[in-house]
Amino acid sequence: MQDYTIQTDVCVIGAGHAGCEAALACARLGLDTTIFTMNVDSIAMMPCNPHIGGSSKGHLVREIDALGGEMGKNIDKTFIQSKMLNISKGPAVHSLRTQADKSAYSREMRSVLESQSHLHIRQAEVTDLGIQSKNNLRKIVSVKTFPGTEYTCKAVILCTGTYLNARCLVGETITETGPNGMQRSTWLSECLRKNGIALRRFKTGTPARMDGRSLDYSKMKIQLGDRRIIPFSYSTDPESIQIEQVPCWLTYTNDNTHKIIRDNINRSPIYSGIIKGTGPRYCPSIEDKVIKFPDHDRHQVFIEPEGKNTNEMYVDGMSSSMPDDVQQQMYRTVPGLEHCEIVKNAYAIEYDCINANILKPTLETRTITGLFCAGQFNGSSGYEEAAAQGLIAGINAAMEIKGEEPLVIERSEGYIGVLIDDLVNKDNREPYRMMTSRAEYRLLLRQDNADLRLRKYGYRVGLITKEQYDYVLWKQERIKEEIHRMKTTWIGGTEEVQRFLREHNSAPLNNGITLADLICRPELSYLCIAPIDHERPELPEAVTEQVEIEIRYEGYIARQEKQVAQFEKLEHRHIPENMDYDDVQSLRLEARQKLKEFRPNSIGQASRLSGVTPADISVLVVYLEKMRQTHHQSSVDIKSKS
Amino acid sequence: MALPVDNHQEDTIAAVATAMTEAGIGIIRISGPDAIAIGDLIFRDSRMRRRLSTYPANTIHFGYVIDPDLQNPCSAESVSRHDEIIDEVMVSVMKHPHSYTTEDTVEINSHGGVFLLNRILQVVLHHGARMAEPGEFTKRAFLGGRIDLARAEAVMDLISSRSEFARKISLGQLEGSVSDKVQKFRSSILYELAFLESALDDPENYDTTGYPQKLDAKLKQMIDEMNRMLTDSESGRILQEGIRTVIVGKPNAGKSSLLNLMSHSERAIVTDIAGTTRDTLEEQVRMGDLLLNLVDTAGIHETEEPVEKIGVDRAIKAADSADLLLFLIDSADELSEEDQRIAALVEDRVGEGRKAIVLLNKSDLSPQTTVQNIRTLFPKLVPIEMEMHSGKKREVLKSNNIPCVLFSMKDQTGWSELQQLIAEMFHAGELQSRNEVFLTNERQRENVRNAVQSLALVRGSIADGMSEEFFSIDLMNAYSELGKILGEQVDDDLVEEIFSKFCLGK
Repeated sequence: MQDYTIQTDVCVIGAGHAGCEAALACARLGLDTTIFTMNVDSIAMMPCNPHIGGSSKGHLVREIDALGGEMGKNIDKTFIQSKMLNISKGPAVHSLRTQADKSAYSREMRSVLESQSHLHIRQAEVTDLGIQSKNNLRKIVSVKTFPGTEYTCKAVILCTGTYLNARCLVGETITETGPNGMQRSTWLSECLRKNGIALRRFKTGTPARMDGRSLDYSKMKIQLGDRRIIPFSYSTDPESIQIEQVPCWLTYTNDNTHKIIRDNINRSPIYSGIIKGTGPRYCPSIEDKVIKFPDHDRHQVFIEPEGKNTNEMYVDGMSSSMPDDVQQQMYRTVPGLEHCEIVKNAYAIEYDCINANILKPTLETRTITGLFCAGQFNGSSGYEEAAAQGLIAGINAAMEIKGEEPLVIERSEGYIGVLIDDLVNKDNREPYRMMTSRAEYRLLLRQDNADLRLRKYGYRVGLITKEQYDYVLWKQERIKEEIHRMKTTWIGGTEEVQRFLREHNSAPLNNGITLADLICRPELSYLCIAPIDHERPELPEAVTEQVEIEIRYEGYIARQEKQVAQFEKLEHRHIPENMDYDDVQSLRLEARQKLKEFRPNSIGQASRLSGVTPADISVLVVYLEKMRQTHHQSSVDIKSKS
Repeated sequence: MALPVDNHQEDTIAAVATAMTEAGIGIIRISGPDAIAIGDLIFRDSRMRRRLSTYPANTIHFGYVIDPDLQNPCSAESVSRHDEIIDEVMVSVMKHPHSYTTEDTVEINSHGGVFLLNRILQVVLHHGARMAEPGEFTKRAFLGGRIDLARAEAVMDLISSRSEFARKISLGQLEGSVSDKVQKFRSSILYELAFLESALDDPENYDTTGYPQKLDAKLKQMIDEMNRMLTDSESGRILQEGIRTVIVGKPNAGKSSLLNLMSHSERAIVTDIAGTTRDTLEEQVRMGDLLLNLVDTAGIHETEEPVEKIGVDRAIKAADSADLLLFLIDSADELSEEDQRIAALVEDRVGEGRKAIVLLNKSDLSPQTTVQNIRTLFPKLVPIEMEMHSGKKREVLKSNNIPCVLFSMKDQTGWSELQQLIAEMFHAGELQSRNEVFLTNERQRENVRNAVQSLALVRGSIADGMSEEFFSIDLMNAYSELGKILGEQVDDDLVEEIFSKFCLGK
């Protein structure tokens, strides 16, 4: 066929969770955007677990929503069960987790993409990238699809997920496919290597799917959703989503399961050495769990529906790459699964991805202008992690084309900031999953205040409307006023108050006390003291929730804010991009090597690299000051000469 | 976790600014925004009854450094009966930008002496200053524009070489038992953290009911142990009181002669009759810039004679509390059973982390006992040759080795070698290093104190009925403070621990 060229602004390669967010962000910011997928029916496919959210991932979804992304809205339309995790603990670790109707989720996202103006969906394999070299600077100019069509563009966002050179393993059986039997992508890896981008091999896995009719639920424990459902998205009306929910089921493995696994361990491709890729430790296969934790006599297994209109059940907690016959045996040892019929086998998947240390915090590659990367391709794992990166890469591609300031969320501002900072600065040896323990300022980064933290950025880049932003400002003002009122309103031990306290098993008052101090008593709360708080204004729950948290946890929050102030000072001390570390002679060798490899763009980022000591940082600070002063002096010299 | 690294003009730093010797005077420098406020807290101008902050810049004042009793705040102008007076001092006040660092600065001129300087520094740190990092005053001076640009390289070199030196000293000086203990604290804290985080991450799998109470008991024990460690911390005592040196050996091996040689006096009775020294004698001597408390003991040997029996008991007791054992062996005599018994005692003490040196005495006479013979007593014996350079020697002195020196009282063979060895063993090889030894010590203590404080905060959170995620911040702080003692970075320890100890993975 003859060469054929189409013009577009942005090419997004891959239409998974990262690709969808990236493409929507670009198109919504007015850029002509083309999203490529191997198969249009796999848009926003959920090839592994049927959840959106969960510990720390729920935070990511809220943050995506606050910035103007789609994931939260899409799951609010398609979930079949919802649960707020850790509700007995403090607000910072509350996390929303839903069960999705997988096919509804995918269909719904596809229809959002289809109705988005400036967005073109194209089913085609991208085989080559067009890169222009000029004065040592390389810039992306086009992509080529398998039939030879060239799309000229200003930016490319790689969201290839687990498709690059993928292969799936079930015991000794290997198929050269992407997830869920999809066609893999074979050309792009070579093209990336050719352009100096090193690739590595990661692996992950998924459990079997069962025919729901073959399971005996009477032997399992029912797992219900919350009575009152809280939406993910700030734009979803809570009343509209109080749906009838579908239950999940809990059962356990036992000695028999473990014995079968141990007896057949040499047939697992991981233990036999067929799989070379690095797998995630936080999502171990059942083989790994049994071998690495021999003292555990059982492991949890959750049976979860894949959707409302399917029989398929997901066997959560038992991912595996054992051969089919071992899988049959091992699953049938689990109570309730004695007669199970497997619809889809558990499998392990290996794929090409990059080490994200070649990226800037904007998710653009350091070496090729206009080339952005997001999602599992960056060495992460999880739908939410992928979507968050896709959104940021999309926003930054758009910002670059429009000549506007890029968006980098800091560690102190959001889990998205922690995620990307960890990806680009740490030496990650396995697929990276978000965890709340990775967020050092997590008392501030709550799922309940994502809008207060991030709406402003969504508004600045253009994904959040003025009206939405104004609401956040209004909310902020109300919170401030109400906290002030609570802290300055004193109540005394009147008969009414003492009776109220008695009724709530709370100590009577000897002296006057502020309302704020009163709600700090563990047995009381903002809501419950309403009867004795006569001047309380009418406020929405979104406001009173913040008031209560900020008052109750004030001491801890103040301490974290102090840490953040320290952190931000270092973060705002920029290191020039062309910094020559060889010129800083007092740096230790190890530090110099790390700094040259990662090229941090701030003193703060440099201080987080392993192998860089506080003394090295001091040396860098002195060096930068010297450069600044030298620069200043020479510009003064020039001025005085002219 | 990000550690605050550079706090220029944010926090206040302090350190001893003069060499840590028994010199006549020593200076403690405090620099930063709170320098003068801290000065107000700890300085009392007894005659003028004025606060330091009310004086103009560049003035110097006579008064007392006190450890104020903040529970019973009395007058800020005079010394109350609750305050502990530490030293009579001269204090100078300099104000931003007219000081070396360009920050507000207070300098305390004390009577010097390691003990006093140490004590004053502790009070300053306790009231809000942070221990200065190596080279930090100079760094601040440079960032404040006080040092000209041409010297930037020198400033960077100074920071990196001092830090490297401090790190080496600090690690080299950490006794095995201390670092084992710190390591033990760290791993228990890490384990608790990993459990908490696993439970937060996978609440359906890990239940925390009743856990806070268990944690509280563990924390209480840890805090107690750390406090004990602080009280026991030996280094300060060695520097201020001198190295407790005990001379041991069988009767008539020449112990008293050695004592006399070292103290240049005829204090101990020196005779040729075995068993003349019936009691322990103590003598304080200065050796280079080290202070030695010499103890001569009655010869350790089986005796039924009552007077001598007491002396021998005392000798064993003295050896128990020694920092350094000098074991004299008479080379003119064959190795006796007594020598073997003493050797066993010495080896025990070395096993506990004390230092020991074997002196093969009377090397001027024809030897009956040689280094080879003594080696049968001590497998770890290392003969020290005269010409051995100090780098090699330091290597040799590691891992509880026992050096052996050929010695003669008569012509003083091995005397200078012995002096050098002791200096090396107590890290006083270079005069410069004494400062760092001391500083790193105080810094380590500060780290332990901070860790204790953080653990106490966790206990507070438990008592307040807070949920588990509130424990982590302070547990993490304690963990990283202890890590600083061992020169370790935190990095991904927690994530590693979570995955290796807990089975996550829904």
